[in-house]
Amino acid sequence: MIKESKLKKEDAIYTEEIAAGDYFIKVVNKGQTFRILDIGGNQAADTLFYNANDPSERYSAMDTIREQGILYLTAGTKLLSNEVNVMLEIVADTCGRHDTIGGACATESNTVRYALEKKCMHACRDSWMLAVAEHEEYGLSKRDITHNINFFMNVPVTEDGGLRFEDGISAPGKYVEMKAHMDTIVLISNCPQLNNPCNGYDPTPVEVLIWD
Amino acid sequence: MTLASSLKEPGTILYEDNLSAACHWSLNMRKGTILKLIDSEGGANVGMLFYNPENLLERYNAPDTLKCQHTFKLSKGNCLYSDMGRIFCSITEDSVGWHETVCGNTTRKIVQEKWGEKSYQDFHNDWNKNGYDSFLVELAKYGLGKKDMASNLNLFSAVSVNDKGGLHYLENNSKANDAIELRFEMDTLVLLHTCPHPLNPAEEYPKKGIRYQIIQAAAVKDDDYCKNLCEENKRGFKNNELFHLGRGI
Repeated sequence: MIKESKLKKEDAIYTEEIAAGDYFIKVVNKGQTFRILDIGGNQAADTLFYNANDPSERYSAMDTIREQGILYLTAGTKLLSNEVNVMLEIVADTCGRHDTIGGACATESNTVRYALEKKCMHACRDSWMLAVAEHEEYGLSKRDITHNINFFMNVPVTEDGGLRFEDGISAPGKYVEMKAHMDTIVLISNCPQLNNPCNGYDPTPVEVLIWD
Repeated sequence: MTLASSLKEPGTILYEDNLSAACHWSLNMRKGTILKLIDSEGGANVGMLFYNPENLLERYNAPDTLKCQHTFKLSKGNCLYSDMGRIFCSITEDSVGWHETVCGNTTRKIVQEKWGEKSYQDFHNDWNKNGYDSFLVELAKYGLGKKDMASNLNLFSAVSVNDKGGLHYLENNSKANDAIELRFEMDTLVLLHTCPHPLNPAEEYPKKGIRYQIIQAAAVKDDDYCKNLCEENKRGFKNNELFHLGRGI
C-alpha cells in the first residue's frame, strides 16, 4: 500500500548515508520514526532488528507473516519479534512491497546460487559479521544473525508454490518509514550483491533518517 | 560413515519407532542414512530444525533453501540447506507434494486462544503442548536457546500464497500413510516436534502422531535426482564434498 509521510527531512534529528556494501548499526528509541531512503533506486537494504534492552528478542520473519497472514510487508505491517511483540510498525511506504523470505546473501550461499568462483564476492552476511565484530557493545554475534527483511526487494511467490527474484519495484527517492514500539537496535547491510537484479546490478547508497 | 551402517545393504531399516502426537524429540543422523517419517493417520505436522553437531552455529536456513531452488514449497528433489551453503539432507521420496517452511510454530498463546489450555496438572501427558516451547526444550539440551531458533520446517503441512501475498492453509494436505524420506548428506543434529501447524483451523487441538524409520541409504551417484534437480544443488553437493574432505571422510 502506497502511503506518503508528512515528515520533513529538515526536521530529522539524525541522518546517515550508507554506502553500497557498507553497514549501519544504531539504536532507534521507542517513539522515534526512522526512514530508509532508496537514493539511486532498486537498492536492497537487508535489515535486522533487536530489542536494545534484551537482544535475544529480535525481529522474526515467520511470526510477522504468520500473525498477519500476509507474506509481503508494506504500510500498516507490524514487525513482530520472536516473542510475538510489536517491535516496529511501517507507517509510510512509497515502494509498496518489501520481502522477508528471501534472506540475505552470503559468500557461502553465493557459491550455491551462482558459481563456486563467486565465493569471494562481498555479501550482506559478511557486512553483518563485521558490524557485530566492530560493535561489541551491542553484545551480538553470529548466533544473532537471523532471517531479515529485504526492504525494496521484490520476491513474488505464485499460488502453486513458485518463487523468483524479480526486478525491484523501487526507484530513486522511494522510501519506507517505521515507528519504533520499543528501543530497537537497527542493523542494516546495504546489499552489495552483483549477481541478481535485487540491486539492478549496480549497488547504490541508501540514507537513514531519524525523527523524534 | 560408521562401520555398523556401512555393513548394511541399502534399504535396510536400522531403527524404527513412533513419535506420539504433541511430542518433541531430537536425534543425530549420520551422513548416508535416511530418516523416513510416516504420517500414521493423516493430518500430521512435524516441526523440524537442523544443526551441524560439529559447529552448532551452522543451522538450517529456510530462505537459502527456498531461493537456491527457486521454490516456496518443498518436495521430492529439494535439498535442505544450512546457512553455510551446505546440504543437511535431500528429500529423496515424498508422497505428500508440499511441505512449508515459513510459518513457524504454535506458541503457548496461540494454543490457548485456538484450542484452550490443557495443563499438565489436569491432563498429564495429554496436555496441549506448543511447538515453540518444544523446540526450546530440545535446544537447551545442546546448550542452545531462542537465539538459535531458525525458521523451521513444517513437514506434512502446506500454505499457499495468493497474488496479494495472503497466506492460505491447505487442509487435508497429508493423508494416512503419506511419507517423506530425508537422506542425510552430512552428520546432522535433528530437532523435531509433532505439535500442530499454527494455522491449522481445526476446532479441537489436532493430536497426530507419526512413525519414523532410520534406513541405510545407497551411495549418492552422479545421476542422483536431488543432486541434479538444478545446477544449484550440484554446487551444494560440491560444498559438502569440501567439508567432508576437511574432516577426512
